[in-house]
Parts: sequence; C-alpha cells; structure tokens
Amino acid sequence: MTERFTKAAARNIFYGGSLFFFAAFVSLTALSHIYVVETGTDHKGITEGVARGKHVWEKHSCINCHSIMGEGAYFAPELGNVWIRYGGDKDPDGARVALKGWMQAQPSGIEGRRQMPQFNLNEQELNDLADFFEWTSRVNTQNWPPKVSG
Amino acid sequence: MKYETQKVALPYFYGALALFGVQLLVGLLAGIVYVMPNTLSELLPFNILRMIHTNALIVWLLMGFFGAAYYLIPEEAERELHSPKLAYIQFGLFMFGALAAVVGYVFRIHEGREFLEQPMWIKVAIVVVALMFLYNISLTVLKGRRTVITNILVMGLWGIAIFFLFSFYNPTNLSLDKMYWWYVVHLWVEGVWELVMASILAFLMIKMTGVDREIVEKWLYAIVGLALFSGLLGTGHHYYWIGTPGYWQWIGSLFSTLEVAPFFFMVVFAVQMVLKGGRNHPNKAALLWSVGCAVTAFLGAGVWGFLHTLSWVNYYTHGTQVTAAHGHLAFFGAYAMINLAIFSYAMPHLRGVAPYHQTLNKASFWLMTGGMTVMTFALTFAGVVQVHLQRVMGMDYMSVQEQIAPFYWVRLAAGAAVFIGAALYLYALLGPVPASKRTPAAGAMQPAE
Repeated sequence: MTERFTKAAARNIFYGGSLFFFAAFVSLTALSHIYVVETGTDHKGITEGVARGKHVWEKHSCINCHSIMGEGAYFAPELGNVWIRYGGDKDPDGARVALKGWMQAQPSGIEGRRQMPQFNLNEQELNDLADFFEWTSRVNTQNWPPKVSG
Repeated sequence: MKYETQKVALPYFYGALALFGVQLLVGLLAGIVYVMPNTLSELLPFNILRMIHTNALIVWLLMGFFGAAYYLIPEEAERELHSPKLAYIQFGLFMFGALAAVVGYVFRIHEGREFLEQPMWIKVAIVVVALMFLYNISLTVLKGRRTVITNILVMGLWGIAIFFLFSFYNPTNLSLDKMYWWYVVHLWVEGVWELVMASILAFLMIKMTGVDREIVEKWLYAIVGLALFSGLLGTGHHYYWIGTPGYWQWIGSLFSTLEVAPFFFMVVFAVQMVLKGGRNHPNKAALLWSVGCAVTAFLGAGVWGFLHTLSWVNYYTHGTQVTAAHGHLAFFGAYAMINLAIFSYAMPHLRGVAPYHQTLNKASFWLMTGGMTVMTFALTFAGVVQVHLQRVMGMDYMSVQEQIAPFYWVRLAAGAAVFIGAALYLYALLGPVPASKRTPAAGAMQPAE
C-alpha cells in the first residue's frame, strides 16, 4: 500500500465508517420493525393460539429438519406456505384435519424414506400449530417461494 | 512462548479439538441419515443430530477464539495475563456448559430456535463466561502495550458478547423473531467474527513472515473496515423474504456483493506477506493453514456467498442445498481453518518443542480441505438441480430429494475424507513429539517485530 495511506488514516476510516454503517443498519431495522408490525405481517392477528403454536414449533425444534420462510434445515419440506399447500386458503377446516392426520401418522416407517418423529401432540397443540401455520402463510414474503412446492 | 500465562490457551485448544471431534462425528452420522434415512430415526432423529452438529461447531470455534486470544494477547501486550486462575475457571464453566447442552439435546432438552437451542440457563452461563473472559483480556490489554491486533481482536470479542444478547429476545411475531435472530447470527459470522479472524491472521503473518508490523496493521484496518462496511448492511440479504420491506432487496444485493472484498483482500494480504517476508519460519504447516484459510474463506464465504446473494437469484436458491454448500465451505474456510492455523502455530511453543509432525499436519490439511471442496461441489450440484425441479418446475420436495440422492452419497464420501483428515490432524498436534524435535527451534522462539 502507498505511503500516503497511513496507518492513522486507515484507523480513522475504519472507526468512522463502521460507526456510520452501524447507525445506518440500526435505523433501517427500526424502520423495518415498524413495517413488519404494520404492513408485513398480521401483527394484531397473533392470537393466543398462534403464540402457543410458535412455542410448539420451537419445543420440538421443527426448524432443524424443516425450513420456514426458507430458513432452517433443508432435510424436510418448507413449511412457511404449508397451509396453502394443504389448501387452507380455500378450505381451512379441510387443511386443519389433513395437517393433524399427517402429524398423527408419523413416523411412516417406510424403508428408505426420511422419517418424521412422532411428537405425541395433544388436540390443543395440534390446533395451535395449525393456527401458527395459517398465520405464517399470510406474511407478506414478497411472493416467495416461487412455487407452492416450497 | 514468552509469557508463562500463555499456557492458559492449552485447555481451550484441547476442549476445542474435542468438540471438533463431536461435530464431525455427528456430521458424519447426519450424512449417513441423508442416504440411509432409517438410521437411528427413532433414537436420534435428524433435528437432534443437526442441533449437535451446528452447536458443537459454534462452541469449538468460540473456544478456539478464546484460546487464541489467551495465547496471543500476552505476547502482544507484552505482559502476563491479568488472571490465569479466572481463565481456568472460565474454561471449566464453558466446557461444562457445552457438554451439558449436548447431553441435554440427546434427551430433547432445548429451546428449539435454530443455532440458539441452548436452554436459558446455558445462555446465561455463556454470558457469564463471556464477561469473565472479556474482563480478563481487557485488563491485560489496558495495562500492557496496545497494538492494532489486540484492539481489533478485543473489539471483535466484545461484539460477539454484545450481539449474543439478542438471543434472549424472542418475540411471538415470527418475522420480528427472524429479524433480530440475524442480529446474532449474521452480525457474528459476517461481522465481528471476521474481526477476530483477521486479527489472528495478522498475528500469524507477523510471527511467521517477519513482515514489518506497520504494514501488517495497515492491512488489518483496511480488511476489517471492508468487512464491516459491507457486512453490516449486507445483513439485508437475509431480509428479502421474511415479511420485511422490499428495499432490502437492493440494499442486501449491493452490500452483500461487496462482502466478497474483505475476503479477497485477505488472500492478497496473506500471499503478499508470505512472498515479501524474508523469514524462513520452520512451521510450514501453520503457514499452509494460514494461507489456506484466507484462500478457502474467499472461496466459501466470498465466491459461494456471492453465488446466491443477489435477490433475484436468491428468490430461487433461498433455503436449498445451495445454501448448505455455502454454509459448509464458508465456516470451514474462514473459522475452522483460522483455528486450525493458530493451533498448529502455537502448539509447538506451548509444548516447548520445535515444530513437529509437519508432513502429517500438511497431509491432514489437504485431506480436510480437499474433502470440504468435494462436499461443497456435491451440495452445489444438488442445489442447482433442486432449484430447477422444485422452484422452476414446481415438483414436490420429497420427489426432488429422490432425484438428487446420488449427490448425497458423494457428500458422505467427502465427509469421511474430512473425518480421516481430522484424525490425522489430531495425531499431528497431540501425538508424541519425535526425539529430534524435543528442543525448541532457535528461530521460532524469537518473535518478529
């Protein structure tokens, strides 16, 4: 590096620049926070069921096989839009029944197929999980994923 | 080794290597589950395996960073560590917490958020451990000589602790949860961890190449500046599809493209220092790991990151095997290798001997790095096919997975190579020192300035 670019100059650029970009990032996330609450998600629509459903999702660490809005493990299907895939936007009751049936039928035990554990969820937990998936399917994800297959 | 208290690094290195072993063992098992899905499916389902695989990785890297800091800070600050006793207690607490977490996971005790699965009491213990550590090194640095390396290193380590605090915030709104979750995950690995990595690399370059400290430190400021200027707003590439505003698509695309720059300059830096430095350092294995780290980090974090970071590409690749490919090579290149480099450099000093088992160590480098490269290609090809079938054609997830199964066999084989490479590395570092190497090399004892 040239002589004109001194260590002191490098230091000042580093500290000043980092501070600037950190402030910019924090400001933008503050704006995004407001956007998420007001526009991006149905924040008022977070019922007790949705909140409990999120807890069920975490309690069994579903995210370490599945992904949700594309984040998680990539070992099992995307679930951010599973409600839509089950037709929940048109027939919510049908989707709920199908989802519960699926959860209760695991593991399939089929040789050579990935196995989902049996989590022994009770009726309320199953309903809460369905509420959570229903809520998540309504998040404005900028039209992601490209296909309903997730 | 110039200062007695640098020895504190030893248990940290041993602990890190033990957890590295756990990470690889469980990773290998998870690789087997991918091709033979019924393996242990009831006893240890995949979500538990992955939890252990990723957590062991994070903890061993952190433990390595702690050890590296304890090793290099006395030498940089030119004084003994403030409190070696506190450092040993900190190690005991951290190792206990790590093992308790792993055992707990096996029994399904976890908080279930990706990478932040640690139960609350372990999260609190991590904060306590971090405070003990920061107190200890900050006092050492404040009382001693201040160098750019210690400044950047300490800043990075404080950043790790501060951003970890966001792990305690778990809002019920999933989108908000994700937004702040990235404050821990992204601002760690694409922010403050880069500060730690670059300062360790700079330390190794000063010691092994003999290039003037002024030059190295100027480079260090430039590299970490680029890392933070690009990496902070680069967080935007995680805010494309999670309920956050659309403007992140162009901010994220622009700044995360620039995230390639610091990694590119790390390669230029490392190569230039080695070429310019007149020093013929006897620890060629450590030098190989150091330069290899810069190169592999550039490929894994830089190139493979760029590959899917533009929003209009990421729209199709987000959450596919492309992401997995990037994750594996980036973590290995940037953070596993910088640890393996400083371990290779420091162990002969800590054991008071000349560099030993050099050929074996270098062989382990090629086996591990080669294995990781093949694994990355296998997952990338799997990802590209997955993108086409699932995201363009709309084929369902499980049918697509059947189509890409052959790639998972390649990945498993590559993983086995990495595992063997790691076993060689462990022997090269921890095995008995040959009689001819039992006295320290004269040149290696004198630190360059």
